[in-house]
Amino acid sequence: MTFERDILTRLGQHDDESVESMARLHARLVEAASSEDLLDVAYRILDTPVGSLLLAATTVGVVRIAFDAQGHDAVLDDLARRVSPRVLRAPSRLDPAARQLDEYFSGRRHSFELPLDLQLAHGFRRLVLGRLADLDYGSTVSYAAVAADLGNPKAVRAVGTACATNPVPVVVPCHRVVRSDGSTGSYVGGVEAKRALLALETANRL
Amino acid sequence: MSLPPFEVVVAEHGPAVLRICRAVVGAHDAEDVCSETFLAALAAYPRLEPDSNVRGWLATIAHRKAIDQIRKRNRGPLPVERLPEAPGRCGEPAPRDDDLWDAVASLPTKQRGAVVYHYVAGLPYAEVGQILDSSEAAARRAAADGMRALRSTVTRETS
Repeated sequence: MTFERDILTRLGQHDDESVESMARLHARLVEAASSEDLLDVAYRILDTPVGSLLLAATTVGVVRIAFDAQGHDAVLDDLARRVSPRVLRAPSRLDPAARQLDEYFSGRRHSFELPLDLQLAHGFRRLVLGRLADLDYGSTVSYAAVAADLGNPKAVRAVGTACATNPVPVVVPCHRVVRSDGSTGSYVGGVEAKRALLALETANRL
Repeated sequence: MSLPPFEVVVAEHGPAVLRICRAVVGAHDAEDVCSETFLAALAAYPRLEPDSNVRGWLATIAHRKAIDQIRKRNRGPLPVERLPEAPGRCGEPAPRDDDLWDAVASLPTKQRGAVVYHYVAGLPYAEVGQILDSSEAAARRAAADGMRALRSTVTRETS
């Protein structure tokens, strides 16, 4: 049986060449998948001053942005379940998003020009996201004001939920919605990230 | 229970599928066949039952793609009776254990399949049998014969 074990070890071992082969294979798969329209969800990780962000896009547009705190693996599982299991790490589809986010974090960009896929937000939550997209860089507004704006002044909590479940934070700026008493309120990426984004915008406001 | 992102499937099973392809079609065509295997798997992936044996499913697709590749090769201008030995790697550095891989590649089809799917891919004989379109017992015998042949080839070469 030693011979079998020996063969098994020898045929089963990962050498450096197989690591390189896997990298080549992955690149070929991504390319073939996108040209055959099989790359339903592409993602990449972007390092930013508020931690590493997971960026994911469908062929329609950016479908998900997630902070470390949300657990990138959990978010990818969620995308596989709710959008499509054809999920691959394929940075090039996210190049425009990554570039614009880099510009945003360096203070040079005040608004995003990216196609979005808001299929993960429904009904009232989606209405809220549409309203948030109009908020000016460096400004803040209260949850109550957003609710009133949408003709539903009692829906303050629903506005909070819409912000907490925003599938594309930063790009759809739910961090600009704060409590009526002026305190920061909670945030999908954690309250520290929200403070950092608001400070960045205050510093770079014209 | 739901399907994990396909990225996870590639990371988890990619090296094993690559070894399967390398053993069946040789190093020269292994990446082509492996790449076609994963593309076909990606296309069919959303219809896979979440609790399936993913390794076995991939091995079945790899087996089909490998047969396609061998047929394509055999339609070439110089038909050969048996699978050609793994050709050279065009100046790429040779991987370790070339002799062993060549010995695997020169086994008769069924033995090679049984050795590869059982020993390299780690599939139980019942599934090896399904892939090779034979019974579990026949797969077990083919693997034993294959290992015996490998043992004599490799021992002869090293002595």
